[in-house]
Amino acid sequence: MFGFLKKSTSNNTDNTARIGWLGRLKAGLARTGNQLSELFGRGGKIDDDLYEELETILITSDVGMDATRFLLAELRHQVKELRLTEADQLKEVLARCLLKLLAPLAQPLDAGAHSPFVIMLAGVNGAGKTTSIGKLAKYLQGQGKSVLLAAGDTFRAAAREQLMEWGARNNVTVIAQQGGDPAAVIFDAVQAAQARKIDVVLADTAGRLTTQAHLMDEIKKVKRVIAKALPGAPHEVLLVLDANTGQNALSQVKAFDDALDVTGLVLTKLDGTAKGGVIAAIARAHPIPVRFIGVGEGLDDLRPFVAEDFIAALLGLDE
Amino acid sequence: MLDNLTQRLSGVIKNLRGQARLTESNIQDALREVRMALLEADVALPVVKEFTTQVKEAALGIEVVGNLNPGQALIGVVHRELTKLMGAANVGINLSTVPPAVILMAGLQGAGKTTTSGKLAKLLREQQKKKVLLVSCDVYRPAAIEQLRAVAEQLGIDFYASDVSQKPVDIALAAHDYAKKHHHDILIVDTAGRLAVDEAMMAEIKQLHAALKPIETLFVVDAMTGQDAVNTAKVFGEALPLTGVILTKLDGDARGGAALSVRHITGKPIKFVGVSEKMTGLEAFHPERMASRVLGMGDVLSLIEEAHREVDQAEAEKLAKKIKKGDGFDLNDFKMQIVQMRKMGGVSALMDKLPAQLSQAAAGSKVDDKAINRIEGIINSMTPAERAKPEIIKASRKRRIAAGAGVQVMHVNQLLNQFEQTQKMMKMFSKGGMAKMMRGMKGMLPGMGR
Repeated sequence: MFGFLKKSTSNNTDNTARIGWLGRLKAGLARTGNQLSELFGRGGKIDDDLYEELETILITSDVGMDATRFLLAELRHQVKELRLTEADQLKEVLARCLLKLLAPLAQPLDAGAHSPFVIMLAGVNGAGKTTSIGKLAKYLQGQGKSVLLAAGDTFRAAAREQLMEWGARNNVTVIAQQGGDPAAVIFDAVQAAQARKIDVVLADTAGRLTTQAHLMDEIKKVKRVIAKALPGAPHEVLLVLDANTGQNALSQVKAFDDALDVTGLVLTKLDGTAKGGVIAAIARAHPIPVRFIGVGEGLDDLRPFVAEDFIAALLGLDE
Repeated sequence: MLDNLTQRLSGVIKNLRGQARLTESNIQDALREVRMALLEADVALPVVKEFTTQVKEAALGIEVVGNLNPGQALIGVVHRELTKLMGAANVGINLSTVPPAVILMAGLQGAGKTTTSGKLAKLLREQQKKKVLLVSCDVYRPAAIEQLRAVAEQLGIDFYASDVSQKPVDIALAAHDYAKKHHHDILIVDTAGRLAVDEAMMAEIKQLHAALKPIETLFVVDAMTGQDAVNTAKVFGEALPLTGVILTKLDGDARGGAALSVRHITGKPIKFVGVSEKMTGLEAFHPERMASRVLGMGDVLSLIEEAHREVDQAEAEKLAKKIKKGDGFDLNDFKMQIVQMRKMGGVSALMDKLPAQLSQAAAGSKVDDKAINRIEGIINSMTPAERAKPEIIKASRKRRIAAGAGVQVMHVNQLLNQFEQTQKMMKMFSKGGMAKMMRGMKGMLPGMGR
């Protein structure tokens, strides 16, 4: 029935790890999944009440008004086209509508395109930038790449120490300065990476709210300075979003994209209860590739975003 | 982009103002808008439903009593219900216990517990003259303890050193002993961020609570939180006898949807709100003001409070005297106003607190922080004599000033024109009072682009 979901399974070699990951992803999105399974599973006809309940579930999963309306309109259209009448037929149609919406976002990061490949991370306070850098370092090392971390958060107390500790745990060099200017720290790191023939530089920045104009100017400067250290860099600007965030995620995507031309998103902390829908809201309002999603505190819990897996987990589909 | 709650509701109320009479059907329209606006502002759905029902009941009741001005009646109802939902008056920290009074901080990862612990310590020390001890029980996140230590050192607050090899409960109890021995009035216990669904971690914080018997257990929640705020608040509220909520990152552009949800679910008062990255950025929560802000009435009271705190009183009085005299208002004063405006967070921060209609009007006049910076640059390029007597600035001086500030002569002219208008208005103010001043208001906004 869900043929499109199986394709990606067959060409994955590391199956046990993948199943563990899918399990955690599913557990993370369980509340939404359970609600939808219950809704579609109890049978009956497709009627306005069903649509209304579906709307409620989508809204409480942070899908947002606009994307919810869009999905429901698509759904109604498909139902008419295919002459569906039974509630349990709706699940697959919804899966397809979601896939159409989310598939364009599933573009994995290719960190081999340049050497060194410079990745800059940005986001609001507490989104999980520094933690994500640790996990990304681990992920990239797993792909046989050498990694260097730049402690560009010179504002928050002990952000530098936090990154250095990550570096020590993963045996990765961290370039840091006591105090100082974030742009200068990252400039040094990019130069060091060139000299040492490192494959990937991960540059941390301080968290900032998008309403702080001077901080948004500061991060623009950081990006300009990186380009001075290495023309063409940064090759990737990742915006880290906390999956707990509601519709404000859209403002964040827009404001950071305006300032930095964001090339990819990292969605962290998906392992709560009623989350994940915000990806659909972003896909609708301001589509930017989702490079990674995180569903746990473990070092391996940050993985590339695969639309099929995500939807299967969200809808509680079994493979 | 995303309409904020204030603008959305302003629109609804504007529509209603045009209506001669409040009927069941136009309440429906208005309520649908209210519902939508609240959902888009991340107020959780169950809370939204209950709120709109309450408003409807209250509004229909009022219609019977008197339908002279239905629009105003509905605004009143929404405002009252919103205030009610956000809790009664502003509640401070309860310290009435045998010292040390223990304050336990709990919340999700990245909510801002550590920063808030530092801000709270500073606030209690300064406003209540208390001796505070900070301790971190976060043995999980790398350098979390170091972060609190650095914050404590920066603020000059006592810090009880802990180590990641210790158990959180042991750390907390040792810190409690230490606080007792050293006569601290308050012990603030920072904890690791945890998810409501993480049973082991929730058990740990229950254990901490049982061991410490804190007088205050504060739930720290990010103002940007989405629909999940209800679930998280519910689980934390069930696991711990919470005594209050602190809402962080309210200086962003997400407007307190989570505040409504969390307040509604836990039933606990929001005691403080985090409004800045700076260590002074923790303020008492005022439900009435928040409701006003949501309704597009603007947060003028906060603005006045802030002005009081940030603006140099002596300078302000000097200026007031000058204005009274009607002359002598020169470019130095003009610049002083700009500097003071910057102290309050710049134009954008001020706009945030203005009523929605006013801030929209102001946004149309292209006033932004950049324009303000440019004005300051131009004034800085003038000699003291020029600042005191702008009328001596003629063509050659203008060229020099423009070159110095890196702008066109045109911009210098614009500034001088604006200054002249402001000066005129100041004279009007001294002679004719407020009414004339309001008429002259247009010239007050120093927009460069017009």
